[in-house]
Amino acid sequence: MGEVEVRALDGIDVIVDEGDFVAIMGPSGSGKSTLMNIIGCLDRPTAGVYKLDGVDVSSLNRDERAVIRNAKIGFVFQSFNLLARTSAVENVELPLLYGELGWSGAQRRKAAVDSLHRVGLAGREGNHPSQLSGGQQQRVAIARALVTNPAILLADEPTGNLDSRTSEEIMAIFQELNDAGKTVVLITHEPDIAQFAKRIVSVRDGRIQHDERIEQHRVERRGIAAPVQASRRPEA
Amino acid sequence: MKTSAQRLWNITLVGLKAILRNKMRSLLTMLGIVIGVGCVIVVVAIGNGATKSIQDTINSLGSNFIMIFPGTTTQGGARMFSGSSTLTIEDADAIKAECPAVAYVSPNLRTSAQTVAGELNWGTSVYGVGVDWPFIRAWNVADGGFFTDSDVRAGAKVCILGATVSENLFPQGGAVGQIVRIKNVPFKVIGVLDRKGGSTMGQDQDDQIIAPYTTVMKRLMGQNKLSMLYASAKSPEQVGDAQDQIDALLRQRHRIPPGGDADFMMRSQEEIASAQDAQMKILRTLLLSIAAISLLIGGIGIMNIMLVSVTERTREIGIRMAIGAKGRHVLLQFLFEAITLSIVGGLLGVAIGIGFSSLVAKILQWPIFVSPSSIIIAFGVAAAVGVFFGFYPARKAARLDPIDALRYE
Repeated sequence: MGEVEVRALDGIDVIVDEGDFVAIMGPSGSGKSTLMNIIGCLDRPTAGVYKLDGVDVSSLNRDERAVIRNAKIGFVFQSFNLLARTSAVENVELPLLYGELGWSGAQRRKAAVDSLHRVGLAGREGNHPSQLSGGQQQRVAIARALVTNPAILLADEPTGNLDSRTSEEIMAIFQELNDAGKTVVLITHEPDIAQFAKRIVSVRDGRIQHDERIEQHRVERRGIAAPVQASRRPEA
Repeated sequence: MKTSAQRLWNITLVGLKAILRNKMRSLLTMLGIVIGVGCVIVVVAIGNGATKSIQDTINSLGSNFIMIFPGTTTQGGARMFSGSSTLTIEDADAIKAECPAVAYVSPNLRTSAQTVAGELNWGTSVYGVGVDWPFIRAWNVADGGFFTDSDVRAGAKVCILGATVSENLFPQGGAVGQIVRIKNVPFKVIGVLDRKGGSTMGQDQDDQIIAPYTTVMKRLMGQNKLSMLYASAKSPEQVGDAQDQIDALLRQRHRIPPGGDADFMMRSQEEIASAQDAQMKILRTLLLSIAAISLLIGGIGIMNIMLVSVTERTREIGIRMAIGAKGRHVLLQFLFEAITLSIVGGLLGVAIGIGFSSLVAKILQWPIFVSPSSIIIAFGVAAAVGVFFGFYPARKAARLDPIDALRYE
């Protein structure tokens, strides 16, 4: 048997504007994971062009993509993907360890603490993931994604492991961050969750099926998230 | 530049935290290195101590010292004992009279005996020697005097005690003038030797009694063959000449044609020392190869654990890569972890090695010398083992694909 070429994605053409909140929907096997990997610079397309923040990143090598991921993309995963036996603030600091900013330990700590405050986790800095609820863990993950002030937040089924009430809280945080200007790309297969976005792109069999702008489903404010402040470079 | 130094330090800390999180496992991983390094330190310390004490023995005997043994050398060089000794007292007298390069000659016989003084008794070695013995061994009498030619001729029952014997038989002192019974024969103590201390491998040189060889032969051993002759050349430079002259004379006296197998054997102190040194070298090589194997196994242990650790932490590696760690960063993290394990293991090994060495010195009374160079070398090898065996697992981690690593359960 020879190798069979499987086209996970074919003829995808999407433009996500700055400040948009896009939900990418599709059943399993639709190619949405591949799309997410490409958007997240974890993978690169075999053909075609992907521009992120005006830069063509589709031809970058491993290390160059690592730099882009660090500076421009904030990942939020379904299974939180926090380091176990590591405190919340240390988890949030992690991207800064690998960054090009050259911050001191105190600067990193301050940025991490600020980021935790933004997602409403003030006072939980020293807790380990095992001492936090699922929702709190996901907030730590969002704080980690925010700490480098990336161009986009890329959330892959962020509510997949959470109950519906907690899911709403998490989606509220995304909406607030989006209101403050952050571009959010949400990957999900749950229509309820996709309703929180401003635009839904449905993928099926590697192609775009629908691309529609929607009336955004608002969650009532619970006063969880503190107002967003730009914090790219704290005063040294 | 500052950025990358900062980042290197951050990554270093990450590796350190991982070690501290698994204390027991880290300790067990280090064990091979600990044993290997400890082994090297102890072996080298014992070897150095032995070499040093052999050197001391040479110095204390004087470099012009020569030993003559009865027996033959075969072609292969192995020493053979004939049934009875071939050296006689007449041989000793002839060497002293006829060999111009020889300054002193003394017969030497040894027997062990229980000695009694009053209520106390002590088992020790009794040596029968001639009047030249103090000059050959460069060993003086601290208290009293040595016996004379007339004592030797008469087979006088006089003796000189080693310092240890004197302490055990006469704890209050005042041994000179007292009577000791050696194998039930009463001897008058006429002197006590200077204290000389332990010799090679911790033998107590002061645990002996010296008496005229004639007396020892007649009263204690009942034979008149010699087990050994001690001689000394007039100067260290004349040792070779003295050996040649003794060889020629004894061959003539024993009617051995030139080129025939001699029925005696000679060793200068230097030859004895180098023979001992050669033995030590074999022993040291053997122990060092055990240590090397232990280090190798220690290294493999580190590699094994690091591979387990990489597999176990695949997801962590995926997370780190997703948020921006380059392959290089992951490589350094794991390499650093392996090196830290081996260096900490090396440090523990050095500590245990030094501790064990001093324990050996204390309990076995062996001379021990821990050399700084052995510590540095053992430590360096341990670190190198960490780099070498840590590299493969670290590279494996660095080459993981972030997508696969994130999906790893």
